[in-house]
Amino acid sequence: MNPIQVSNLTVAYDRKPVLQEVTFQMPEGKLIGVVGPNGAGKSTLIKAILGLVPKASGSVEIYGKSYRTQRKLVGYVPQRGSVDWDFPTNALDVVLMGRYGHVGWFRRPGKKDTAIAMQALDKVGMKEYADRQISQLSGGQQQRVFLARALAQDATVYFMDEPFVGVDAATEKAIISLLNELKAQGKTVLVVHHDLQTVKEYFDWTLLLNKQKIALGPTEEVFTVENLQKTYGGRLAFLDSQVSPSYVVQP
Amino acid sequence: MFNDLILTLQDANTQWVLFGTILLGVASGVLGSFALLRKQSLIGDAMAHAALPGICLAFLLYGTKSIGWFLVGAALSGLLATYFIQVIINHSRIKEDTAIGLVLSVFFGFGIVLLTKIAQSENGNQSGLDDFIFGQAASLVGNDVRVISGVAVVLLIVTWLLFKELKLFTFDRQFAQGIGLPTGLLNGLLMALIVSAVVIGLQAVGVILMAAMLITPAISARYWTDRLDRMVIVAGTIGALSGMLGTLLSSMANRLPTGPVIVLSATVIFLISLIFAPNRGLVSKGLKLYRIRKIVARETVLQTMYDLSEEASITNKKLLFSKEELLTRRKMAVRKLDSNLKRLEKEGYVQRKEDLWYLTESGGYEAHEIVLNNRLFEIYTMYEMKFASLQFATNDVWDYKHIGSSTLHELEQLMAVHERTPKLEPKYFGEGETLRKKKSSQRAEKRKKEVKSL
Amino acid sequence: MSYGTWIMLTGSLVGVSCGIIGCFLILRKMAMLADAISHTVLLGIVLAYLVSHSLEGIYMLVGAGIIGLLTAFLVQVLHSSGVQSDAAIGVVFTSLFAFGVILLSAFAGKVHLDVNHALMGEITFIPWNTLTIGGMDLGPSAVWMLGTVLIINLILIFLFYKEIKISSFDPAMATAIGIPVMFIHYLLMSMVSITTVASFDSVGAILVVAMLIVPGATAYLLTDKLLAMLIISAVIGVISAIGGYYAALVWNISISGSMASIAGLIFAATFILSPRYGLLSKLLARKSLITE
Ligand SMILES: Nc1ncnc2c1ncn2[C@@H]1O[C@H](COP(=O)(O)OP(=O)(O)OP(=O)(O)O)[C@@H](O)[C@H]1O
Ligand SMILES: [Mg+2]
Repeated sequence: MNPIQVSNLTVAYDRKPVLQEVTFQMPEGKLIGVVGPNGAGKSTLIKAILGLVPKASGSVEIYGKSYRTQRKLVGYVPQRGSVDWDFPTNALDVVLMGRYGHVGWFRRPGKKDTAIAMQALDKVGMKEYADRQISQLSGGQQQRVFLARALAQDATVYFMDEPFVGVDAATEKAIISLLNELKAQGKTVLVVHHDLQTVKEYFDWTLLLNKQKIALGPTEEVFTVENLQKTYGGRLAFLDSQVSPSYVVQP
Repeated sequence: MFNDLILTLQDANTQWVLFGTILLGVASGVLGSFALLRKQSLIGDAMAHAALPGICLAFLLYGTKSIGWFLVGAALSGLLATYFIQVIINHSRIKEDTAIGLVLSVFFGFGIVLLTKIAQSENGNQSGLDDFIFGQAASLVGNDVRVISGVAVVLLIVTWLLFKELKLFTFDRQFAQGIGLPTGLLNGLLMALIVSAVVIGLQAVGVILMAAMLITPAISARYWTDRLDRMVIVAGTIGALSGMLGTLLSSMANRLPTGPVIVLSATVIFLISLIFAPNRGLVSKGLKLYRIRKIVARETVLQTMYDLSEEASITNKKLLFSKEELLTRRKMAVRKLDSNLKRLEKEGYVQRKEDLWYLTESGGYEAHEIVLNNRLFEIYTMYEMKFASLQFATNDVWDYKHIGSSTLHELEQLMAVHERTPKLEPKYFGEGETLRKKKSSQRAEKRKKEVKSL
Repeated sequence: MSYGTWIMLTGSLVGVSCGIIGCFLILRKMAMLADAISHTVLLGIVLAYLVSHSLEGIYMLVGAGIIGLLTAFLVQVLHSSGVQSDAAIGVVFTSLFAFGVILLSAFAGKVHLDVNHALMGEITFIPWNTLTIGGMDLGPSAVWMLGTVLIINLILIFLFYKEIKISSFDPAMATAIGIPVMFIHYLLMSMVSITTVASFDSVGAILVVAMLIVPGATAYLLTDKLLAMLIISAVIGVISAIGGYYAALVWNISISGSMASIAGLIFAATFILSPRYGLLSKLLARKSLITE
């Protein structure tokens, strides 16, 4: 069964649709990059899948069932800056929040949950910062904490909105190897990504998105000049010149 | 009732009070508009509460009730409170709403402390300071009204003189700074103006409800216009109306306190604006939504028929579809689909063969138009930046016929790149060239009218 | 117990109840909504009296609870129909409060409620208004009412602690993992309403706001842990109450007013002197950097 099945999804904040009749299905156990220009609706796609914005029409299924019944299977890393960094809480506490969905009503996260959270922090290399108030972390460190929180959710399908923003190159590589590890465990990871240079290197599959699905498939098949042109319109400088860059798949 | 009104109006004291509350309403409506647009409505609330200790201190220092000193004391402590709020926000992690609530409640608490102190002193009993909490317009005497009106007139004149600068500053502080306006000074001036509007209202409306005089007329005015100059005028008028209604009602029904009645009058005007204002009011919005829904539902059915026809024609199938097929292609309430199909049948755009539906010749035209229009819109949203020159506001109705031919050509080319060009030419659904042209232009006219009527 | 002890106990219960809830209000940026609710409960109390013809605590709690939720609901409705949130709060609370005052004066003969009393409270009378069951004097009824409300609040916070925490910190995440964020919002608003009404008799509606906001804001400058913030805030509430009582005794002034003023002084001191987020420590840190 497909981990993610989106059918005819249309989302509109006001009258203008942000996503238009998007239909696709993701294969299991793949690392999938979502690429598209600013405002293409990448974040909106993830939010609509997670039920954070209302759908105008269409449906979303996680492993064949509606998201509501499959919540525990899903982990989410939001685009940065959506929380109050002055909130009185430390890094470990934030990661522990990833366990709340599993703990259920009226109960506290226990020792096991704390252990899982510590392990997640360790994986992103932030163990020493467990006690740090979150506003005293750098942007990249904050990003890693949120990644750790998603890891602690122990999900089967992950949605990450630009996890590489504000992290240095070494961290980016570390995160990617972490994501590959998840993939090796049979998990499906969908990552919104901005850097076209690294798409071919990082992702097995690519979803090109601009209000509608432009293309979806194995990266070597869909990451072509033609598709990029369709996605980005006239906005990529190199597309105007005749030379196609090396990082795009050649026909 | 009417006689009561005449009687009330003949009373000299009521005339004074009426004059005062009307001017007060104008001033607070005008300055409230600026506070509202700067998202600082609740600072007015803090200023009003914070005025209490200032008034008490003025009384303690001066010894008797004096409107002039009260206003000075109230204004100074109101400004001090505003300053504290800014300091707390700028120099700590505390956010604006907490800072406002904190300063407001502490100042008010301190004011209460001073009030009890005054009540114990010899001349405390006739001080009438309690009036400031709920306001007691009836207690206004001629001298009070003269001072209040004087201040109100000065406020209005200053606002009128500096309208352009204040407007720019309110709208875009950075830009105002950029073109060399003294924004620090303007900020201080605006705060001083707002504080003055607040303090002259305290005696009539009271500390607790004064915020309403700033907020309610301004937010009501927002419903009637989009332009600041008009908004200021409308807000001033609403303020005056509330002041007048409140004063008359409360002096006719003897026991009712003036302040709350003025505030409720303003609230009623707000509710009327919220519900009935053209364009922004709930009724008008609801009607618009209803009409749009109706058009969209009809277009959706036609578009779905067209999409299915397009697919079927590729595989050379018949262009006949069941309701189930339509519903799987685009989700829709069954009842809605039924009613729209019935309507389209009456219009002669679709017909049925037993349980299957198909587009008629004229339906083919109509559907083609709609699909073309929608797909061009899709392409436009994808390449929004490129076509920024179209200046297409979010709530306008998209109609490709209004687009210049070169832009349209570009859009059509992109549509072809994305393989979104409607492939099923209208002629596919029937024949008769000349007739068709005429018909289609008639239809275009009709559609234009529909769109216009929105 | 002596007269003074009862008053201090009453004040401290207000301080603890408000201090704890206030922290969440501050973190959720809803301080002004709480301010609004503390005004509008007046309407709830008047309506409850007009319906039930009794000043029993339970009717007041229900009336205030309903109006408190109505306030939060109306603000939400206005906001979602396009009114900016500060203006929505302003319009709603002034309207409901004005309505309450008008009702109060229209039925002035029938309602034994004094508006000034409602605003400023009358903690001095608290010890005389006692609860007697079966002829036994159980102490001031205000203490019982405040105690009950405090326990209800503590139980609710204990039960929903992690839900309140995550929906305050990251509402999107909370929604995504299936926490009913709106339910939590209205739960908190109900707690604000019943706390306000229970504190109403003693410190008065307006000064509840001081107890709701000031101790929490002070604690916010002192710690980075939520639990610690709750405790510190409660403690500051108690200190303000007791300090306020003694100050009022010495200078012979309004007890509730002086409690708010003491809370304000504690905040001012913390704002300047807090070891972590204080003005002075920031200044010193900057100086030491320059001289290094
Ligand atoms: N809450 C909102 N209300 C109204 N419009 C919105 C809202 N959120 C997003 N939009 C609009 O929806 C469109 C898609 O936004 P979205 O955040 O999904 O883009 P994105 O692909 O994630 O862009 P980016 O690369 O900048 O993150 C944009 O045009 C944006 O202006
Ligand atoms: Mg995004």
